[in-house]
Amino acid sequence: MIKVEWFYWLCGLFFVLIALQTFNDRSNPKRIGSAAFWGVLGVSFGYGTFVVNKQAPSWLLGIAVIGLAVLAGSGFPGKGEERTTTPAERVRFADKFGNKLFLPALVIPVVAAIFGAWLAKVKLGDGKLLLQSGSATIIGLGVASILALILGMVLLKPKSPAVPLHEGRRLLEHIGWTAILPQMLATLGLLFNASGVGKAVGHVTDHLIPKGSLIAAVILYCVGMAIFTIIMGNAFAAFPVMTAAVGWPLLVQQFHGTPAIVFAVGMLAGFCGTLCTPMAANFNLVPAALLQMKDQYGPIKAQIPTAIPLLACNIVIMYLVAF
Amino acid sequence: MWVLLAIAVVVVGFALRINSMLVVTAAGIVAGLIGGLSPVKILDAFGDGFAGSRSVTVFIVTLPVIGLIERYGLQHQARKLISKLKVLTTGRLLAIYLLIRQGTAALGLTSIGGPAQAVRPLIHPMAAGAAERRYGKLPEKLQEKIKAFAASADTVGLFFGEDIFVAIGSILLITGFVDTTYGLHLEAIDIALWAIPTGVCALLIHGTRLLLLDRQLDKLAVELKKAEKEAAR
Repeated sequence: MIKVEWFYWLCGLFFVLIALQTFNDRSNPKRIGSAAFWGVLGVSFGYGTFVVNKQAPSWLLGIAVIGLAVLAGSGFPGKGEERTTTPAERVRFADKFGNKLFLPALVIPVVAAIFGAWLAKVKLGDGKLLLQSGSATIIGLGVASILALILGMVLLKPKSPAVPLHEGRRLLEHIGWTAILPQMLATLGLLFNASGVGKAVGHVTDHLIPKGSLIAAVILYCVGMAIFTIIMGNAFAAFPVMTAAVGWPLLVQQFHGTPAIVFAVGMLAGFCGTLCTPMAANFNLVPAALLQMKDQYGPIKAQIPTAIPLLACNIVIMYLVAF
Repeated sequence: MWVLLAIAVVVVGFALRINSMLVVTAAGIVAGLIGGLSPVKILDAFGDGFAGSRSVTVFIVTLPVIGLIERYGLQHQARKLISKLKVLTTGRLLAIYLLIRQGTAALGLTSIGGPAQAVRPLIHPMAAGAAERRYGKLPEKLQEKIKAFAASADTVGLFFGEDIFVAIGSILLITGFVDTTYGLHLEAIDIALWAIPTGVCALLIHGTRLLLLDRQLDKLAVELKKAEKEAAR
């Protein structure tokens, strides 16, 4: 069976190599702290395997993670001088290679889709799945990147095999610590759950609904999903809380709503909140960093005018169809 | 109730623009301490959460190949290709991408697209190329707007497409949570079916806004030219 952990080790290796390059990059004014950041991150990716398998203590990784947060808060990692081709060289290369340049970029989604849609269901002779269950997308992305890289090397023939690593570092340095913010937010969700934040919020919403008003209850559930998602950055974290507080006792039990519709539309109301919040870093902040935007909230600003009418649509749909 | 202070830490921290990593870490520690977790339990939660969510960072494995093809002129080539297709304006191109992204996500192909795999290497350069054909060299304001909308087309398409597919995380979470907590037997297909009306609304609302983007860019370009002329006087 192909295991997803192999690809986490690949990610870890990538970060460690970046750390070594960064350490040797004299043009980076923060090279030591930056190398420490990428190095600790790389080791954490590998060590995570043993934490997930319960073969190693989690608290040790916890210390490393807080260390990463402190490094990020102190302004690491920093950027070195960009060593890539000049715009003029790029025009020349584009004329030389033409549309072949798209091939590696297209290999990634095609191969990843093949893994997700087809190989995910393939079983080996002993009845086990070929790909680790639930991880086909990630394995697909990993394999796709390797194939795309091989194709890129064959087509473009860079002078040294270190070239893609240098170019990968160029992009990673633009993203900086934002690269691991989504992981930190997932961790925060875990701590919020364990500490009873969900229960406390349910308690507050209990006192907000006028008794007997269906539309008030629908609005509270949908808007509550959106707002709680904005705070937590994740509709999955908001769903159990709002459903326990409003969705189940009021909308289903008291007003006899159809559960499938209430819950399906409620989750989508939460997604409207995801569009509006920097807490959903992987959907909003990481793209801004990847595209090197001046305004890191740019994608959110483009999405809010869609999210608000869409939230209203959800309220109307639920009110009209679920009861 | 005091545990809600942890939410306040997040809100205030973001409002004061303190480094997000520090804000999130502090909020987690505050929540854990008020919730009565021991320091070791809090550290355990940080470790478990980080190890368990590594999948969201895996997109970085695409960076070396994306960087490599950029080095050899990918963005330039994307612009050249788009400049030949005169009907493809920035807005229309992004609207088509939204449709493709949402359609494929609804079929379960969520890994087609994504900011690292598709938007940076392909969609944004093409959208920017279409705008350059129209306005010449792009002022910063226009560049930022196009980047923001290119990212938004990907995100909106993914969110409101994937929930129409049966075997996706959010649907499994709904059925898993509701069935175990309330003793229901929800069919995943019913949940997926009722995601379609919202999906259609999302396509109409965001698609319309993307098509209107062309006019917005026109207006912005004229305004910026005017301001430039006045500054030159």
